[in-house]
Amino acid sequence: MAKDKKNSNRFVLALYFIVPFAIVLLVKYGLSISDYSNKYISNATSAEHSDLNEKTNKLPDTIDYIFDVKPILSDRCYLCHGPDEGTREAGLRLDTKDGAYKALASNLENYTIVPGKPEQSRLVYKITNTDPQQVMPPPNSNLTLSEYEKQVLIKWIEQGAAWKSHWSFVAPQKKEVPKIINEKWATNEVDYFIAKRLDLEELKPSKEASKEQLIRRVYFDLTGLPPSLEDIDAFLSDKTNNAYEKVVDKLLTSNAYGERMAATWLDLSRYADTHGYQDDLERIMWPWRDWVISAFNRNIPYDEFVKWQLAGDLIPNATPEQIVATAFNRNHKITQEGGVIDEEYRVEYVMDRANTTSKAILGLTMECARCHDHKYDPISQKEFYSFYGFFNKVGEKGQIDYGEIPEPNIKITQKEIDEALAFINLPDSIKEIKLMVMKDNAPNRKTHILKRGQYDAPDKEVELGTPNVILKYSDSLPKNRLGLANWIFNKDNALTARVAVNRMWQHIFGVGIVSTSDDFGNQGALPSHPELLDWLAVTFREEGWDMKKMYKRLVMSSTYKQTSKIPPNLLEIDPDNVLLARYSRSKLTAEMIRDNALAVSGLLVNKIGGPSVKPYQPPGLWAETTSGQGLTKYIPDTGENLYRRSLYTFWKRTVPPPTMMTFDAPTRDFCEVKRQKTSTPLQALVMLNDPQLIEAAEHLAKTVLEDKTISKDDRVKLIFRKITSRFPTEEELTELVQYVKTVETDFESNSNIAKSGSASKTEYAYTLLSSLIFNLDEAIIKG
Amino acid sequence: MEELSKHFLNNNRRHFLKKMGLGIGGLAAASLLDPFSSLAGDNNLNLTGLNLPHFAPKAKRVIYLFQSGGPSQLDLFDYKPLLNKMRGQDLPDSVRQGQRLTGMTSGQESFPLVGSNFKFDQYGESRAWVSSIMPYTAKVVDELCFIKSMHTEAINHDPAITFFQTGSQQPGRPSIGSWMSYGLGSLNENLPTFSVLLSRGTGRPFSQPLYSRLWGNGFLSSLHQGVQFRSGKDPVLYLKDPEGMTRSQRRAMLDHISELNQKQEAEFGDPEINSRIAQYEMAYRMQTSVPDTMNVEDEPEHIIQMYGVDAMTPGTYAANCLLARRMAERDVRFIQLYHMGWDQHFDLPSQIEKQAKDIDQATAALIMDLKQRGLLEDTLVVWGGEFGRTNYSQGTLTDTNYGRDHHPKCFTMFMAGGGVKPGFTYGETDDFGYNINKDPMHVHDLQATIMHLMGIDHTKFTHKHQGRRFRLTDVSGHVVHDILT
Repeated sequence: MAKDKKNSNRFVLALYFIVPFAIVLLVKYGLSISDYSNKYISNATSAEHSDLNEKTNKLPDTIDYIFDVKPILSDRCYLCHGPDEGTREAGLRLDTKDGAYKALASNLENYTIVPGKPEQSRLVYKITNTDPQQVMPPPNSNLTLSEYEKQVLIKWIEQGAAWKSHWSFVAPQKKEVPKIINEKWATNEVDYFIAKRLDLEELKPSKEASKEQLIRRVYFDLTGLPPSLEDIDAFLSDKTNNAYEKVVDKLLTSNAYGERMAATWLDLSRYADTHGYQDDLERIMWPWRDWVISAFNRNIPYDEFVKWQLAGDLIPNATPEQIVATAFNRNHKITQEGGVIDEEYRVEYVMDRANTTSKAILGLTMECARCHDHKYDPISQKEFYSFYGFFNKVGEKGQIDYGEIPEPNIKITQKEIDEALAFINLPDSIKEIKLMVMKDNAPNRKTHILKRGQYDAPDKEVELGTPNVILKYSDSLPKNRLGLANWIFNKDNALTARVAVNRMWQHIFGVGIVSTSDDFGNQGALPSHPELLDWLAVTFREEGWDMKKMYKRLVMSSTYKQTSKIPPNLLEIDPDNVLLARYSRSKLTAEMIRDNALAVSGLLVNKIGGPSVKPYQPPGLWAETTSGQGLTKYIPDTGENLYRRSLYTFWKRTVPPPTMMTFDAPTRDFCEVKRQKTSTPLQALVMLNDPQLIEAAEHLAKTVLEDKTISKDDRVKLIFRKITSRFPTEEELTELVQYVKTVETDFESNSNIAKSGSASKTEYAYTLLSSLIFNLDEAIIKG
Repeated sequence: MEELSKHFLNNNRRHFLKKMGLGIGGLAAASLLDPFSSLAGDNNLNLTGLNLPHFAPKAKRVIYLFQSGGPSQLDLFDYKPLLNKMRGQDLPDSVRQGQRLTGMTSGQESFPLVGSNFKFDQYGESRAWVSSIMPYTAKVVDELCFIKSMHTEAINHDPAITFFQTGSQQPGRPSIGSWMSYGLGSLNENLPTFSVLLSRGTGRPFSQPLYSRLWGNGFLSSLHQGVQFRSGKDPVLYLKDPEGMTRSQRRAMLDHISELNQKQEAEFGDPEINSRIAQYEMAYRMQTSVPDTMNVEDEPEHIIQMYGVDAMTPGTYAANCLLARRMAERDVRFIQLYHMGWDQHFDLPSQIEKQAKDIDQATAALIMDLKQRGLLEDTLVVWGGEFGRTNYSQGTLTDTNYGRDHHPKCFTMFMAGGGVKPGFTYGETDDFGYNINKDPMHVHDLQATIMHLMGIDHTKFTHKHQGRRFRLTDVSGHVVHDILT
């Protein structure tokens, strides 16, 4: 590694050319595995995976309908020949076996697909046609088929055009754990499935991460906070076999676990502290947020956790806690804009509940069937409104008044808290709060199909129900949200457990086994390890939906414990780490970045729950956009509220906390189950100049300087370790110590610096040092 | 070191090229190409992976002067003498034709027609009608292309402004500027591709709010989000170094960060580290380029006078217009201004006069300033609000006073430069100024046309999200060729 400045500058220059290529590797799309013997290799849609094979011109020996054919049909044909009857062309549908195999209506001699006989199949005639009038997809669709894709379809017909149901609608099967070459490597079942794939690819897993890396990683994943130096030292010196497991067990029982898990659940629940439209007034939903934290910490089983949120109010003899949980479906936005049409907005709220429930719990983009039958998945518009109907019985207003707490709601005072809601942290200054909850207090409201999805265009009335293709809604179930919740957790529902474990996997490994964790439908990605996904799904259910147990299994696996170093061959073969022959080096979330700075500098105030808080924010952001009504000015809190964990930061939807947005937090307008991962110059500016991070650097410097007995080297080491969780190398140490000296010299020679603050020369130097280390890539990496 | 970088260059190029063949997934990946970097700009079009532009663009950049609140077309550009004649008479049902009303006037017992209090005249060779409160704009009408027949679907501010910016009434989709950043990339490696400036109207200083999601990236990468430029010490959030820190200290720190990060990269082999190093360099350049853009002290006196005295008061519309020109000179791709305060439900005459004064001179100056610098020919300037206002009075009509409610069925916008016909008027409303008589132009048509001018076929420019291909114009929109040069 060249050390002189010139070379390093040249390197930086070279980066301008490399970076565009490098960034591509960031995204979990595509893959570059050439072995096609195993069908389950795609982390992205098979269309991509087919295209890749196009490069090698290597058609699979056996064409698989689910993995090779359907992704092509879905992406290029369903728009006009799919589930949506309204826009179906030529009476042809390709998403059902009957539709694809039947004679074309216009000519009974003509079949779209004749198994085994491509030359007689109309589909082949159409896709290979060179006449723009004849060819499919037609030019005006802006869609095309590559030569490779055409060959896949032709070969599939040649081989008999075997049909299968969509994988995610077929109930998961728990298969035997596979045999692998190196059983010694495996810690638990997860590893067998991962190793099996690696065996097939003739790859080996990476070696275990350093203990420092490992403890940092697992701390962030399970608690969202860094390990303290004491934690690290204890782990480093613990030579027992179960040292790591002890750490994991400790973390799973810490309160920070619930906070970490809640942060993810808040995205999915579109949680915010304001109503979200126009003047965007304040609302009180934080007691529900505190319930989520508590529920995770008490390890309420996932089925109960979700059922309470969807239908806690309908459970016979519902407890206050179960009713509080239903606030989940009141987190949607609500308007108070003068002059809006009430029903227009009320319908939006019902839509939002239906969409959130569908996307978060079932992994389906049902909202696509709002205006017409779903274009890609077998969900009709009628079925969508049947599902929508479950959420359409709430006696609520579309437009609320300023200052109004929307109905239905429940009153909570210290009395209720003492009796049954101990998880709510009501400050003394607040005597009573009203929390929006679900209640079917408009039981007679009928649900109609809405033409084009419009509130003022009702069509036929529909019965409450669920999409048949997933699972028939049993007659024995009540036609209300509680019935729906039971349908969701019926053991024959093929989606629920898969979607849940996939999201847990995503939480721990960065990307789900199904990378489109929000879409398990025809346009979604295929699972990279389908048998593992199914094994986890069935096991999760069999173990009573025990989340902590599942998380423990994931973080205990040898797969998880691998190093995140990327050897050149793996970067070449599997840049997106679909195969998990290493751990994916992943970035801290927006919350973790700030929480880390607060924690390592000693500023963090560890207090659970309560009203949302207002830490520093650049002045003027609210004032610039306000109409003068509602939350017109952001006034930062004082005292300990400045230093609470970031999940407690007040969330104004129309002007969300700016640093959170810069680091890829969603806006909370809608349910989101997956955050983006980007790298931008604005992020660099936050890390360099955010007063919160500067304050943390200052505080850290002062703390470290308090001990007068330790050497300069040790001080630098201490700061470095606190921020990165590891010891610096000799080389790094030398460079950083030199840096401190340089800054001290600067301080002496430049009176402006000295005048700018009250810090002494040493304090100033160590503050800049801390800031420098906060800005290292490693400081925002989990490990 | 050089060998190492060569190694990664080759490696990554191979991966990159592979991905370029990958269709949509590849596109999504390629969208993360640093849009601030010139690599993703015009010279390397294929690198964006989107094969954009689809055809030769007429405009390279857009300045969108959004007039938030809904300016009254009837008091600015759409002259309707019949309304003055029929002042006080009820809006005939035959004209209203069941149009839905906002809750603010739906309860009103009568809908008394009201013409403008302001005098209208025709100007320029194009003989365009302009009211007396827009004297500077009147002087430049021969540069403008008026669209008198805009119409929208929304009748309330939040959905209507969201519709204009994102093509959908409900929040969640990318803003038009984000689409442009995503599709066309950057022309300038030192400034954000999509820049945003806000100002508050003096006519009704507190009326309608703005929402940062209006310049949000929706489901596109957050690289494409609009970056707000603000008046004051920190023109872009967190731009300014901590108090007392010198530039050489900042440089030294960045050099150390870069060097230590390179060590990490050598050990972990993670290409993402290289991208971070580059983002820090971009941040460093922005620390100079942004204040340089914002610093108008080098503007000569006659230019300041052209925009008006307000141009020296940071945060005003006039100051923002001047900044918009400076950004256009520096090749910022999409420059979005918002001027608030156009929501004249009551006291319209006095309020709108002030609003007009806020924007009239500076808008005209911006257009002429761009023109004299040769920038107007490839810069598209767009002026307009989220809907129009009613031809009848909201609240009591008196001899001197009236108000107007929201009106989605017709309103006026104008464009200038970048490929639109100068001195031209498109579309026509009826004598009541209530319905469109000729050549309606829907919001999606406007979006399609703006994209067309930027070289984009709006039906082909899509982004796949949750299984569906989304586009700015949703499922509709037509390019209005009649207004193109």
